[in-house]
Amino acid sequence: MNATADAVTSPAATWSIDPQDTVMDCRLEKIFYGDFLAVRNSIVPIEKNKITGFIGPSGCGKSTVLRSLNRMNDLIPVFRFEGSVTYHGQDIYDKSIDPVLVRRYIGMVFQQPNPFSMSIYDNVAFGLRLNRYKGDLDERVEKALRSAALWTEVKDKLKNSGLSLSGGQQQRLCIARAVATEPDVLLMDEPCSALDPIATRQVEELMLELKEHYSVALVTHNMQQATRVADTTAFFSVDISQGSRTGYLVEMGETRQVFEDPQADLTKEYVSGEFS
Amino acid sequence: MASNPFAHVVTKVCGPPSAADYGADKLLRAVVWGAAAVILLLVTYIVFELGRQAFPAMLSFGPEFLYSTTWDVQAKQFGILPEIWGTLYSSLLALLLGGVLGVAIAIFLTQDFLDHRVSNVFRTIVEMLAAIPSVVYGLWGIYVLIPLIRPGANWLHDSLGWFPFFGTSLSGPGMAPAALVLAVMILPTVAAISVDAFKRVPYKVKEAAYGMGTTRWEAILKVMLPSASSGILAALVLGFGRALGETMALAMLIGNSNQISLSLFAPANTLASLLASSFPEAGPIEVQALMYAALALLAITLLVNVFGLWIMKAATRKFEGR
Repeated sequence: MNATADAVTSPAATWSIDPQDTVMDCRLEKIFYGDFLAVRNSIVPIEKNKITGFIGPSGCGKSTVLRSLNRMNDLIPVFRFEGSVTYHGQDIYDKSIDPVLVRRYIGMVFQQPNPFSMSIYDNVAFGLRLNRYKGDLDERVEKALRSAALWTEVKDKLKNSGLSLSGGQQQRLCIARAVATEPDVLLMDEPCSALDPIATRQVEELMLELKEHYSVALVTHNMQQATRVADTTAFFSVDISQGSRTGYLVEMGETRQVFEDPQADLTKEYVSGEFS
Repeated sequence: MASNPFAHVVTKVCGPPSAADYGADKLLRAVVWGAAAVILLLVTYIVFELGRQAFPAMLSFGPEFLYSTTWDVQAKQFGILPEIWGTLYSSLLALLLGGVLGVAIAIFLTQDFLDHRVSNVFRTIVEMLAAIPSVVYGLWGIYVLIPLIRPGANWLHDSLGWFPFFGTSLSGPGMAPAALVLAVMILPTVAAISVDAFKRVPYKVKEAAYGMGTTRWEAILKVMLPSASSGILAALVLGFGRALGETMALAMLIGNSNQISLSLFAPANTLASLLASSFPEAGPIEVQALMYAALALLAITLLVNVFGLWIMKAATRKFEGR
């Protein structure tokens, strides 16, 4: 991470990564919803073939940051972004870049399962068809469902609606849908918050497999989850000093370091559970 | 009211519902059951009364009534095939036009093409179309629409007259103006119910679509439409039902002519329009025949609704797994 002129560069200065290993260089200066400053001054590199975890209290902007990385926030009319997110040498917020294009390469799994009103097969094949994939759809669908640990449960009812599955199965279906197109980066916004512990464990194992090929950014409320799967952890907090609630990056580093040897007092309080 | 086995539990607040609470419960149940019963009785009575009055005609004309084509009061020959044809043809044309337009408007109003406030104003304007009385549509059709489309219609007939849809010239009232006005009349129903159907699609589904990297067109066509399909089908069924039964505007615009023609510009007739225009001067035997025709219209409407429900169920099962 390069030293920059930003006022809030956290104690994470002790930690540095080779720019070669960064798949997304995210320099978020200000993120607004209307007049509301939601996130400020956060530099969050996403490393190649690693899982980058975002943790922090509610309202610290970690989801906002994640959704800024594939321009999902552009769906919100009052959203405004200052800064840059460089992906393969290109700022995805450049005026010449179509957000649709960004989302083809940077996939997303959401907090709530959101399968489409169509068959299980069509859900998984959706992105393949969207990208006009010429190869064997069946093979890809099976592979995606297998990697989402769902294949054995649904292989005999691929024609059934995706909505006929249970909540945990629906979420794994959404993961299969997201990984079927093999996006370069996968953003996961609390993907396990609607899942029971067994399904959570399966999804975590899946994440560890996914990082062999992709880069993953994961927002989680569950600190144990961060310690279990994240290679790097970014801790965000809320600044209420200006009378507003603005999120910012407090500290980022290797997960072990962030949890065992936090540099900032805020991080220390949060990871030890003293945070109010 | 059951006795309370927990009466001895020491508490300052908790206690059984009062007799009045139970009474209100019973009253509510009686009222809703009563309301349901009234509807059932009313429908049964209407069908029974129609059947009773149509019975002599059913005996004397038999099923031939449904597939013969003359309506001659003097000769006491009655057949309603042209009217059945005209009813279905005009309604299908209206459904095609009004359905496509209505769903397109619903997409326009719900898929972020417009600012929220503007789209609400727009929606109110579309719904105001439903408040225009049928007879006004009829007058508008006669004095505005027919003169407006006549040159184009006759040009189509002159240059493409071999094509069955343009087989005759438009001299005045006819299928085309009737179907156009019907389309406008069912448009607000289709649009309003489709808007609700699109609004019921959860935001997270839209998010999922855009998250996959869909363009707006792909999100709407491949995700929003299937998700809203059962509601849109309901809108189309309701619109079709309204078109089948529409009377006044059609009586003014369709030409009341007993013939079966594919031509959009030929005059035709519908069941509702036949009933409205013949009743005032009908003798006893013709009234019986008209009751028979009314029964046929009722049956058609019922069949269309049952068929529509069946399609909706099939769509819900296919897309939503319920």
